[in-house]
Amino acid sequence: MRLSAADLTCQRGGRELFSGLGFSLAGGEALVVTGRNGSGKSSLLRLIAGLLRPDRGRISIEGGDPERSIAEQAHYLGHQDALKPSLTVGENLRFWSAYLGPAENPPERALGQLGLEDLADLPAAYLSAGQKRRLSLARLLTAHRPLWLLDEPSAALDAEGQSRLTDLMVEHLARGGLILAAAHGPIGLANALELKLGAAA
Amino acid sequence: MNAHVALFLRDVRLALRVGGGAWMGVLFFLIVVALVPFAVGPDSGLLRRIGPAILWLGALLASLLTLDQLFADDREDGSLDLILMGSAPLQLAILAKALAHWLTAGLPLVIAAPLLGIFFNIDLLSMAAVALTLLVGTPALTFLGLIGAALAAALRRGGLLVPVMILPLTIPVLIFGVAASNAAIVGPVPFGTPFTILCALSLAGLVIGPIAAAAALRHAD
Repeated sequence: MRLSAADLTCQRGGRELFSGLGFSLAGGEALVVTGRNGSGKSSLLRLIAGLLRPDRGRISIEGGDPERSIAEQAHYLGHQDALKPSLTVGENLRFWSAYLGPAENPPERALGQLGLEDLADLPAAYLSAGQKRRLSLARLLTAHRPLWLLDEPSAALDAEGQSRLTDLMVEHLARGGLILAAAHGPIGLANALELKLGAAA
Repeated sequence: MNAHVALFLRDVRLALRVGGGAWMGVLFFLIVVALVPFAVGPDSGLLRRIGPAILWLGALLASLLTLDQLFADDREDGSLDLILMGSAPLQLAILAKALAHWLTAGLPLVIAAPLLGIFFNIDLLSMAAVALTLLVGTPALTFLGLIGAALAAALRRGGLLVPVMILPLTIPVLIFGVAASNAAIVGPVPFGTPFTILCALSLAGLVIGPIAAAAALRHAD
């Protein structure tokens, strides 16, 4: 499986964030997008997720399910955690598991993998920022998607959470998955490729 | 479980939880309608004449009250991004949300309406007819409101934008809803004529609303 982008140009509010951007990512590889604030890291992830349209350029995926778009083959972890405060931890995750389609992993097990199994009956309103992040990471485990688009995945996570995240990413790559992450610091993957926005773009 | 069923059940559950919209709409409806006899005075003939119109106006305002949050909440917490990325058709996802909204915000109005008939000196049989017009007419309000709610979420402007955009579109629903109700109470027009047009408006909204709302959400940045 290969995700490639060529000649991507993105404008937000009349300001050009990047132009002529291209990359290619094969199965089992991770790409870390870095750059200063406002350089377009999040916009790049949203472009690939189909939530923004590029002004120019194209994004394509080879070797996946030809019937499904890139967005349908991707998990997107944005800045917001997509949780409803009045639903419990378990209800939130069960909803996304049902919405995202054929579950490969029961929600209860995904909660356990993120260390949230004791909180399943707690309304999400009472979670800390790091616990919310863990819960939205658990979403990635319930349904299989080959491409993970992670926007600062380790934000608000403690050291233990970060090492769990690293383990999950390593496991995903080992199964032939692709990861595209926007980050300010190292995300713990030894041989991740790096794409620096701003200066070079 | 099917994705749309899951979305429908989640929205129903959210509406019934603390802070959900299910109770606010019906309470607002009860209060607005109950205030009218105090403002108009104890003229039972007049109240009987304007009763259906007041019930319809109250239902219109009450269903708009909770509508502007339909997509705005999902937009703010990031759920909308994931809904847009889903493999299920977006129009059907929107329809699932609309049905959940109607079930929790529209249907309670229909159930509460006969109770309010007492305030307007409307007899039981006529009140059942008014409730029936609300039953087939309130879905049209939800479906039209979808368009405004989607635009408001796309533009990231909530508040009064939805009522200002949607209220003019609801005029046909109001006309035929009140006409059918009056036909049941005082005549002389047969009840069936305006009633079938009201049904048609709901069915047209069922098709147009989700498609227009999906287009608005897809083109949001």
